[in-house]
Amino acid sequence: MRFRVLVRLKRGILDVQGAAVQRSLAGLGFGDVRELRIGKLVEVDVDEATPAAARARVDEMCRRLLANPILEDYTIEEIEGERLAAREPVR
Amino acid sequence: MRFGVVVFPGTWSDCDFHYVISEVLHQPVKYVWHRDRELADFDCLVLPGGFSYGDYLRAGAVAGRSPVVEALPAFVAGGGVVLGSCNGFQILCEAGLLPGALMRNECLQYRCQSTHLLVENAETVFTRATRPGQVLAMPISHGEGKYHVDAETLAALRRRNQIVFRYCTPEGQVTRAANPNGSLDNIAGVVNEEGTVLGLMPHPERAAESALGGTDGLVIFHSLLGSLVEDGSFLKR
Repeated sequence: MRFRVLVRLKRGILDVQGAAVQRSLAGLGFGDVRELRIGKLVEVDVDEATPAAARARVDEMCRRLLANPILEDYTIEEIEGERLAAREPVR
Repeated sequence: MRFGVVVFPGTWSDCDFHYVISEVLHQPVKYVWHRDRELADFDCLVLPGGFSYGDYLRAGAVAGRSPVVEALPAFVAGGGVVLGSCNGFQILCEAGLLPGALMRNECLQYRCQSTHLLVENAETVFTRATRPGQVLAMPISHGEGKYHVDAETLAALRRRNQIVFRYCTPEGQVTRAANPNGSLDNIAGVVNEEGTVLGLMPHPERAAESALGGTDGLVIFHSLLGSLVEDGSFLKR
């Protein structure tokens, strides 16, 4: 079963990368951007008997490694009928 | 005192620490590979700076779950002490051995410069040779050193005197301008509740010989050496 984990900085924590990218966009004429925040995307394929068990495993992965609970929140969504990103290098 | 310097893939300050401990302080020291769990031979373990595992995912995240780090709680419970500098501080926070987390510098720049540190707690095994309010000069070299904790934890750190070093001016004033990375409350180094694990972003090993611009980093080692009593245990505070 495949899952997509989104890891985001918690609300209220200053995202300096996002602020820099927002300024850069403003320089390109996108001054209408009100807010921009950068997070991480983790795609994971787990071998479990049931979707509930698989999701519980991914949740445990998030708590123990994928997200830092002091700084970050995460969401987990199941991806159906979709391949994970290609592993072959892009030429 | 028997020192161990932990080496992860991507560690860079291991040789500097090894050199200072063996050639400047003339103490026995061995490298410890990140897969080792056997730590009984050591009194003090050093987690040096660098980019363990390429800083993948988050700085210190992967190293914080490595076999040697998983063995640290037992090592500390058995009377050992741990010093983490730079990436070592990030690893100790990621592993939950120290409170808080280190984020990207507020200025977004990698900062490699001299800093001044105000000694806030001179009663740890790492700072016994200092006095409160003393100013130490040590360099920093990092891109992710902005210390963060929630308000509740910050209050607890202050109450328990766990904040050991804060960035300051050469005169000892804790100002915004003296803060190189945006750390909360200018925090540069903290200890655990027991005072047996210290993490700091600056590099004491790079301030250990006058030929390299200063020797203030040695005071941490001298404090440790002065804290070890004959039976092999450390004086507590």
